[in-house]
Amino acid sequence: MSGKAVTPSKAVLRTRSARFEPPEIAYALRAGGERKATYEHSFAIRFTHWLNAIALFVMAGSGLRIYLAFPAFGDKLPPHDFFVFPGRYTIGGWLGGALQWHFTFMWLFMASGLVYVFYQLITGTWRQVIFAPRDVRRVWPMFRHYFLFGPKPEQSESYNSLQKLAYTSTILLGVLSTITGLILYKSAQLSFLIPLFGGYRSVRILHFLSLLGFLAFVAGHIVMVIAHGWNNFQSMLTGWNFKPEYTKIQSTETEAEDE
Amino acid sequence: MSGTLTTENELRRRSRRELLKLLPLGVLGAFLFETPQRWLLTKGLAFSDAFSHLAFRHGSMAQEFRDSDVAPFDKFPYNFWDVADPGLDLDAWTLRVEGQVQRPGNYRLADFKNLPPHRQNTRHVCVEGWDVIGNFGGTRLSEVLSMVGADTSAKYLYFECGDDYYQSIDMDSALHPQTLACWEMYGRPLTRGHGAPLRIVIPTKLGYKQPKYVEKMVVTNVLRHGHRGYWEDQGYSWFGGL
Repeated sequence: MSGKAVTPSKAVLRTRSARFEPPEIAYALRAGGERKATYEHSFAIRFTHWLNAIALFVMAGSGLRIYLAFPAFGDKLPPHDFFVFPGRYTIGGWLGGALQWHFTFMWLFMASGLVYVFYQLITGTWRQVIFAPRDVRRVWPMFRHYFLFGPKPEQSESYNSLQKLAYTSTILLGVLSTITGLILYKSAQLSFLIPLFGGYRSVRILHFLSLLGFLAFVAGHIVMVIAHGWNNFQSMLTGWNFKPEYTKIQSTETEAEDE
Repeated sequence: MSGTLTTENELRRRSRRELLKLLPLGVLGAFLFETPQRWLLTKGLAFSDAFSHLAFRHGSMAQEFRDSDVAPFDKFPYNFWDVADPGLDLDAWTLRVEGQVQRPGNYRLADFKNLPPHRQNTRHVCVEGWDVIGNFGGTRLSEVLSMVGADTSAKYLYFECGDDYYQSIDMDSALHPQTLACWEMYGRPLTRGHGAPLRIVIPTKLGYKQPKYVEKMVVTNVLRHGHRGYWEDQGYSWFGGL
């Protein structure tokens, strides 16, 4: 252990390597030994995470109310409702109100998404998050561990293969929901994009499917956050995890320091 | 191994400080209270509308379709806010034109039929989410505006309808080449449910922006409060542009 402080900016520069990147680590002396804490999530990531969480909540809630105005995906005549649910579980009260919420929070949703994506690209930390070809063979062992009580595979990166799959999918869902949403919003100005998605109605269906995808992600995400307990959750609030799980990987840590 | 040696208290303090950095997100809490919520959503919608107007291009055409893509007439739905048939006397009908025009007055349907005819297959998009491709015939609204000598530097067109519906649109959209004064659908005179004798067709806008049973058109720079549109005054987007 060296006394040298690792500044977050240096930690960021180091992430050029595709391997596991150690977060900033701090040790606190206490009775009975030292406590290790890691700085896992930078301010930009935490801020966009919570902004996005709020915006997604509003977009989904108001989106469901908008859907209820015409809960079908075919012709208006004759009417064939696809799926109807009580409006009290939605945001906005009526179609006009829901559209106000939707048209207000879509800017926050897009802004948080853009900042997040550019931050990941510029700092290179996208490599921790994006599902890569090398992750394919790690999917099954991780799946067996999560769902079939299999042994826990050795972890060599910040996020395991299924986490990467989930995070990568949800980024793609963000892209899909934004593009299809913009087309529905500006279907005349952006009419040249409609054929790419197989027609106007498919755009509306894809926009709705992206909502279902988000709901599936959020459900799984919340279950996993609860399963991992308070310290893990706290690190998304403060950045600091006082009980880090994955600090045993010293070989790659040293390599990263060589850079 | 790298890391900083520090104290437990210092760690807690740094952690708390990082948490405080998220405080700005708390301003979104204003959405939980009725008065600021209404204000913020109005601003959000206005911002969206400003963007819509900015994104509008005179040369951007709504998609046009082949005759084979057009929905059968009996599958073309229509909404109405009050009655499907306001019971207008179609023979006595005139369009009253007022405001910043050189030739105000009452115009008969026959006056419009002398203008260059125009037909198009365009998509009608309802704010509810449904859409239908229809065939619309009439003349470009820009032809009507030049016939009455409208000042096209004015900002708005304001419409009043036989069913007490009222509506207003921006001049840019009024002059768009696909914006029609429409008296025919599918090659036949408008039926009463579809807005006989005259409806405004704007494929670059949502359905509620396209008034039916039109009786009065005003070219103006001022929209009086409570006269932006029947649905807009209750919270719909005013621009309503696609």
